[in-house]
Amino acid sequence: MTMTDLPMPRVGPLQEATPKPMRLILNWGRRYSLWVFNFGLACCAIEFIAASMARHDFIRLGVIPFAPGPRQADLMVVSGTVTDKMAPAVRRLYDQMPEPKYVISFGACSNSGGPYWDSYCVTKGVDQLIPVDVYVPGCPPRPEALLQGILLLQQRIASEQPASRSLRKKSYADRRAAAAVLSRPFVSAQDRERLAGAPSESDVSRGTSDASRGTGDVSRGTGDVSRGSTDVSGEA
Amino acid sequence: MVGVGAGGLASADMVLNIGPQHPATHGVLRLRITLDGERIRRAEPIVGYMHRGAEKLFEVRDYRQIMVLANRHDWLSAFSNEIGVALTVERMLGMDVPERATWTRTLLAELNRVLNHLMFLGSYPLELGAITPIFYSFREREELQAVMEEISGGRMHYMFSRVGGLRDDLPAGWLGRVAASIAAVRRRLPDLESLLVGNEILRARTRGVGVLSPELIEAYGVSGPIARASGVDVDLRRDRPYLAYAELFAPGGPGRVVVRSAGDCLARLEVLLEQVHVSLDLAQACLDRLAALPAGPVNVKLPKVLKVPEGWDYVATENPLGFNGYYLVSRGDKTPWRLKLRSASFNNVAVLGELLPGTLIADMVAILGSMFFVVGDIDK
Repeated sequence: MTMTDLPMPRVGPLQEATPKPMRLILNWGRRYSLWVFNFGLACCAIEFIAASMARHDFIRLGVIPFAPGPRQADLMVVSGTVTDKMAPAVRRLYDQMPEPKYVISFGACSNSGGPYWDSYCVTKGVDQLIPVDVYVPGCPPRPEALLQGILLLQQRIASEQPASRSLRKKSYADRRAAAAVLSRPFVSAQDRERLAGAPSESDVSRGTSDASRGTGDVSRGTGDVSRGSTDVSGEA
Repeated sequence: MVGVGAGGLASADMVLNIGPQHPATHGVLRLRITLDGERIRRAEPIVGYMHRGAEKLFEVRDYRQIMVLANRHDWLSAFSNEIGVALTVERMLGMDVPERATWTRTLLAELNRVLNHLMFLGSYPLELGAITPIFYSFREREELQAVMEEISGGRMHYMFSRVGGLRDDLPAGWLGRVAASIAAVRRRLPDLESLLVGNEILRARTRGVGVLSPELIEAYGVSGPIARASGVDVDLRRDRPYLAYAELFAPGGPGRVVVRSAGDCLARLEVLLEQVHVSLDLAQACLDRLAALPAGPVNVKLPKVLKVPEGWDYVATENPLGFNGYYLVSRGDKTPWRLKLRSASFNNVAVLGELLPGTLIADMVAILGSMFFVVGDIDK
């Protein structure tokens, strides 16, 4: 398979050079049209759903929960416990989002591990994987807390100080993901052989071989709808 | 989802990965499906993306703290989970719980069951492509959550039971507000019902789809509404009564076990719907009983350091999604030596490997959604 090295999708130098009045308008537009990608992992996802329902209704704040996948989303709400097994998928789906992108960490588990702070398999905070703009505390937080978090994020977008931007400059600016990493085929050649051969072998028993093949195996998430088959035909 | 052809043949099998992340779910389950055309040849549920190590953490928490974690594995049945821990520890201690606490626990457990079922009655149509029912079910959920929140302070994780009873006595006037909520939910439930079982499209997509046989249910240890939808008539509330269920499920009582025989997705949905009615009846019966009970203690005074005597015990309760069991081994310490958790969803999802082969890919989501699982309950 030919590897094409593509830069991460990001806002180009034009964004920086934009005159201030234009930036004002851009930010005004951005903060009221946050297509949200719900990374619903655990209990907090229920409260996220409750916040999107009629009583709390965050759509009135311009947060639209109908993004078909990360590639169409501006805001990622990580709600729930991030486990070490899930972590590569979180990172990968974040990488797939186009700039400018914002992250709200919703709930104690994604803030810091929460009640699972001493667990052997829970990531102690999603900020170890991706830069977070707003932390919403609670276990689970009330829907009103999410609304407050959204308002806070909107203020920060308006005043151009999202935490993730400076964090990305500091820690993630030199991170260039090859396109091949993000669109790696969903089923590797090994997988296919195995599936054709022994059907009932459990996935758990071959945990080490999975790990050695890196993050891609775990994180075949949504969003890659249009990819995959072409890559594999190249490989096969 | 992406399909990948194996080899160059047009009719070759295709391997489909569903998950682990899916925007319409709360929690992460991955399915690896092998397709022959549109027909599923093999399905393998891959679990563990939500594994939080709760069982190991139980061993370093004392019995009061365990409930915090026990609450959270099945986040839609939080109260039933904490009851299970409390019952196990109380039985090992030989502790008697005041009657008032038992009836309040039963009431809260049934309200929690309604909350759980309402969630699935909203999310299952969503998976089938109908958005409206979830708005109705969440309206009712908010109604019931308000009274649950008033008594416990929590909207989902109540932490209201303690070993030996409850945290606090009932707030003044609370019983009346619960009665009003139950009446309001009961009044508006026909709206939701007509959207579900009165909907021709939903019936067409679920009737005769994903039929689960009683043999498979026994082989895989499937329990709860899913088992009862296939005619397996088991319900621990009646068969091995705990709390106040012996009286409620006695002949002439309001309790009855909802059973269907078809075993398809529609039957599973119908069981859920009817259980909401039964649970509201049970909650009303508990309310009447509580109103008649004299004021009294709702908990037993505990020693500062709570140690469970050496030995083991297994207590199973009928959670909204099925059997939920705690196998507690104590060596006389203030933490358990081992606390094994038998959760309903794990077994209920394991059967997918047998149920999905032979069905069409278009029915996969309908079948998956009708297994009514919570991923935290699968992975613990």
